[in-house]
Amino acid sequence: MTLKKILLMGNPNVGKSALFSRLTGAKVMISNYPGCTVEFSQGEMKVDGERPVVIDVPGTYSLAPTCKAEEVAVKMLGEGDVVINVVDATNLERNLCLTLQLLDSGKPVIVALNMWDDTKHRGIYIDTKKLEELLGVPVVPTSGLSGTGVKELIQRIHEAKAQQTRHTQDEIWEKIGKITANVQKLTHRHHTLLDRLEDWSVYPFSRWIIAAAVVIGSFWFIRFAGEGMISLVFDPLFEGVWLPLMEKLSIFLGANSVLHQILIGTLENGSIDFGNSLGLLTTGLYVPIAMVFPYVFSFYFLLGLLEDLGYLPRLAVLADNFMHRLGLHGYAVIPFMLGLGCNVPGALALRILEERREKFIAATLMAVSVPCMAQTAVIIGLVGQRGMTYLLLVFLILFTIMMIEGVILNAAVKGESPEILLEIPPYRMPRFGTTVKKLWMRMSAFFTEALPIVFLGIFIVNLLHSLKVLDVLGLIFRPVITGLWGLPAEMVPALLVGLLRKDVAVGMLGGLGLDNGQLVTGAVILAIYFPCLATFFVLYREMGKADMLKITLIMIATVTAVGTLLNMLF
Amino acid sequence: MLIKLTQMRPGQAGLVADIRGGRGINTRLENMGIRRGRRILKVSSYFGLGPQMVEVDKMRVAIGFGMAERIFVEVSG
Ligand SMILES: Nc1nc2c(ncn2[C@@H]2O[C@H](COP(=O)(O)OP(=O)(O)OP(=O)(O)O)[C@@H](O)[C@H]2O)c(=O)[nH]1
Ligand SMILES: [Mg+2]
Repeated sequence: MTLKKILLMGNPNVGKSALFSRLTGAKVMISNYPGCTVEFSQGEMKVDGERPVVIDVPGTYSLAPTCKAEEVAVKMLGEGDVVINVVDATNLERNLCLTLQLLDSGKPVIVALNMWDDTKHRGIYIDTKKLEELLGVPVVPTSGLSGTGVKELIQRIHEAKAQQTRHTQDEIWEKIGKITANVQKLTHRHHTLLDRLEDWSVYPFSRWIIAAAVVIGSFWFIRFAGEGMISLVFDPLFEGVWLPLMEKLSIFLGANSVLHQILIGTLENGSIDFGNSLGLLTTGLYVPIAMVFPYVFSFYFLLGLLEDLGYLPRLAVLADNFMHRLGLHGYAVIPFMLGLGCNVPGALALRILEERREKFIAATLMAVSVPCMAQTAVIIGLVGQRGMTYLLLVFLILFTIMMIEGVILNAAVKGESPEILLEIPPYRMPRFGTTVKKLWMRMSAFFTEALPIVFLGIFIVNLLHSLKVLDVLGLIFRPVITGLWGLPAEMVPALLVGLLRKDVAVGMLGGLGLDNGQLVTGAVILAIYFPCLATFFVLYREMGKADMLKITLIMIATVTAVGTLLNMLF
Repeated sequence: MLIKLTQMRPGQAGLVADIRGGRGINTRLENMGIRRGRRILKVSSYFGLGPQMVEVDKMRVAIGFGMAERIFVEVSG
């Protein structure tokens, strides 16, 4: 048998991605909640001189899919030569259902009995030899965490066998009952502090205290860490070291040269303004590195910890009741939480939602009122200067828009919000190595994806400016921007840049001489008028043409109305 | 005594007797290990018509209120 394509398949959250990264060395997202992987990723592995492709497939409970992520998984099955069925050893009974379905499918299967390291303290003993006999395919105990058993898994992959079995669903359950009775012994488990924390997270009262502590603690931490990094590291670096260099360069180039315009940008009152000069080496570096990075870093550090601990599903359950009013169920907090970091992974995570209606509402709410961390960072930096009240006001307005729009959509879109049905994984102590690795992945993605687009945005604005296109656009949009929203028509470039990078766009408001009310209005408008194009295209791919057109119309209606209302209020 | 899952007290356990839902709901619940004859423990319920947290096979599952209304459990006393 030649091995070309190996699939890693199993229930959600059993450690497929962890094993994948062990097998191939590729970096993928690993988190302690079901539905972390929603798109397959592939890598290469070495087996006896061959180099088969390994595919990390989204988790699925059965071969009858119930959401888009599971659909992806079931479709992949046809393409594989061998399936490594990853099974959670601490949850054998439920996991074996998919195993037997996979055996029925006629694909060669080898079972990785993962989470093996976790069985002992839970008081679970499994006779792997006997399990192997009863299933008729190789069974290898593994740990995606430490890597134990991975070598044996690779060595035995050629032993993977196809079965010719056929079962009805009832027969499957019956057989599973027999198998577990034969191979598994459960004894008393040791209770750990984490177990107790699990109880506190779901019992009445204490769950609210924990949730409040997590939410308030997160805000506090992100703000404190972000501000600290800026005032201790990045501002001294830019003001003390970079600025003098740029001033020299500015004199050297001469304020009127084209190169000066591109690299340094426009001088404000004869000096460089990092937020507004719009040069590649000034604004282009300052906004992403000194304003945004510290907050994005703090946010993802914290999100990583919460993800690895396994808090997010508990938050989802807590939010379920509220989310139903918006036509969603609690698990929609996952795409929203990811969206608070960056809307692109947030939009992808919509795949964990089961129904089209729910996805449509969640996509709309995210596109309109979930600001990404890059944008939030600049809002904190800019609006925060005017006082905490204004800062809170911006987020309060965004939250209100989300609620009102959710309630309206829930009433207007045909159908009902589906019920949550969610496996709550055990808490796992976040490991330093894994958390750092994940943070590193997200940070390098930030720099490789954000910086080029920041440069592109700044370049385009300069180009349009010199071609006088901006003046024309200013004239066209003046009735809306000035007439309805009470903002200067010079906001046009910010609205344009916002299609590429919201952070730079919000930063540009700083140079318009806005009063407090206008600044709040401007920041809200930039948040809601349109998602950045990267998000737009992902949403387009996920939702399709018709839905995206509807969402776009909703966005335009929302921004027109909200801008006008805010103009009347402030 | 046969009661709905939503009527169980936190800490109360019983055997799943019946799931009165369509095929879709049955399959999804089965995927989570919740099917006729299984022992189910109610851990807690959430405010108002919130989800019901249960434990089956040492695994915790949150079930939306509407879905939990269709699950009937045989409890003693
Ligand atoms: N103790 C222990 N934890 C593990 C092991 N393998 C994975 N984990 C943890 O289990 C959680 C889930 O791991 P993932 O690799 O993201 O699981 P997955 O199967 O890819 O999950 P989905 O993509 O959501 O289907 C993470 O918190 C991992 O750190 C293992 O062998 N032992
Ligand atoms: Mg995964």
